[in-house]
Amino acid sequence: MKRINFLDSTFRNVCLICTGVCGAITVALVVQLSSASSEAWHTFGWGLLLSTEWDPVTNVYGALPAIIGTLLTTGLALFIALPLAFLCALQLVEAPPALSKILSHGIDLLAAIPSVIYGMWGLFILCPLLQEAFWLLEIDTNGFGVLAASLILALMILPYICAVMRDVLKMTPALLKEAAMGVGCTPWECARDIFLRHGAKALLGGIFIGLGRALGETMAVLFVVGNIIEIPSNLLEGCTTISATLANNFAEAEGLQQSVLFALGLILLLMTFGIQVLAHCYLRKTAQMKG
Amino acid sequence: MAFRSNASATIPATNPLRPLFWRKAQNRLVQTISVIALILAIGAMLWILGTIFSRGGDALSWAFLTNPSKPYGLPNNGIANALLGTLMITTTASAIAIPIALAAGIGLSEFGKQSRFANLMRFCINVMMGVPSILIGLFVYILWVVPQKSFSGFAGAIALAILMIPVITRTTEDMLRMVSDHLREAALALGCSRYQMIVQIVCKSARNGLVSGILLAVARVAGETAPLLFTALFANTWPREFFSNPTANIPVLITESTTNSPFEAMHQIGWGAALVIALIVLLINIVAKTCFREPKK
Repeated sequence: MKRINFLDSTFRNVCLICTGVCGAITVALVVQLSSASSEAWHTFGWGLLLSTEWDPVTNVYGALPAIIGTLLTTGLALFIALPLAFLCALQLVEAPPALSKILSHGIDLLAAIPSVIYGMWGLFILCPLLQEAFWLLEIDTNGFGVLAASLILALMILPYICAVMRDVLKMTPALLKEAAMGVGCTPWECARDIFLRHGAKALLGGIFIGLGRALGETMAVLFVVGNIIEIPSNLLEGCTTISATLANNFAEAEGLQQSVLFALGLILLLMTFGIQVLAHCYLRKTAQMKG
Repeated sequence: MAFRSNASATIPATNPLRPLFWRKAQNRLVQTISVIALILAIGAMLWILGTIFSRGGDALSWAFLTNPSKPYGLPNNGIANALLGTLMITTTASAIAIPIALAAGIGLSEFGKQSRFANLMRFCINVMMGVPSILIGLFVYILWVVPQKSFSGFAGAIALAILMIPVITRTTEDMLRMVSDHLREAALALGCSRYQMIVQIVCKSARNGLVSGILLAVARVAGETAPLLFTALFANTWPREFFSNPTANIPVLITESTTNSPFEAMHQIGWGAALVIALIVLLINIVAKTCFREPKK
């Protein structure tokens, strides 16, 4: 009996310690990035966030172009992907079960393709295509830039958003839908007034998922964004994002520049952290409203 | 609930301002648009897959799979060392992550329930799932590469393990939660210890879900590139010194041979490698979804 009790309590402790490991990693991540970037914060202070200069020769760095690039590409990608994903999800819920099953699996597989392949596809297929398309419009561009990065990101996050929305839309009570159909709604009116209201949570959930993925995506963006550390003046100009700056400059960086790169990493971490906290609060709030 | 009143308010069946013709036309329009959206999404997928298969297929051959990678210009260029390296890194990462994550999932679902500690850890895991993979690369760079003074395949494995842990923990908890409490009570009533109850009854009945969760996590990290840039890096050699030297791997090979090389021959290598990694990832996904189907909710 004692042996069993010992085994039980050991097992329990091991499990709880392993649970703690997850928390420890999160804390360690924040602490490590903060301490590694302390030199940059000491040197530049809050000015790091507002400066647009990036000059390794004189050792002056600013994070603003990367931050703006990140927000711009992410925002544009969401703007493209959200309506598409919502319409796809609606179609998936409405379609005949067999077809919808096949299409759902297809979209799930799209989500599984490694991001480096999206990047490569963008580099060799999408960018030349964009270049030619804009050339026809007599606009001179090499295809690399905000627009290409946003398109690739939109393609990448589309399946994620679509899967979340589809799952929540499926949970709409059949009774509500049947009632709406019964009083003479067209399918679109039913979708707009029943699914959309019932699935407002789905929309927001999808937005959070998409935001989280798009903000930190490195490889897909790195290939097509142009990697110019400047604030772009239009959508066809090259820019950079936080993650692309990290991937591009880290290998050669030393001392202060490396510290600045860690600071960029910390900013990105805080951004995703903020989204998570928002999502958490939002979910808790909706749970309370329902409960 | 609010939407009910709204829904009834927006269905004026006899409203003369909204004739049936107009409503039907609107419906048609939206349906056409959403079919187009679906075709766009699926079409893009087929386009990407098609490109990989047609371009990668040209590169693929037995020699390509069995020769190690070389700098541009040398004959018999291949990806064998990168394939082996990816295999080693992913296997090591799984070996580190799976026991920890399974135990953590069990801890959350069987011992944690609604305690404050468990809720805090759940929050941490949610945050970890959202952390961009490149930051995990930075983290392991400080944690392992700097003290060891060298990039290594093992550092890459640690990074991938950190990426896997929250994903597997989350699915493990969800899967174990779905096991009915009657089973637990019955096992305890028969005189099982808690350990026996959890391992032999609860985990066993949730087995398919657990395996599919693990496989999906493995597939997800197998193609990760960003963290490997700072940890495993790349080398044109066989991965002999897994613990102390840069180790070849497929994702970084793709990056190296496409962005850092202007030569068509290297691009060809990149497409071939992309096809191989895509096939591996898709295969694991399909196996996870068909052979170990998750129980219906």
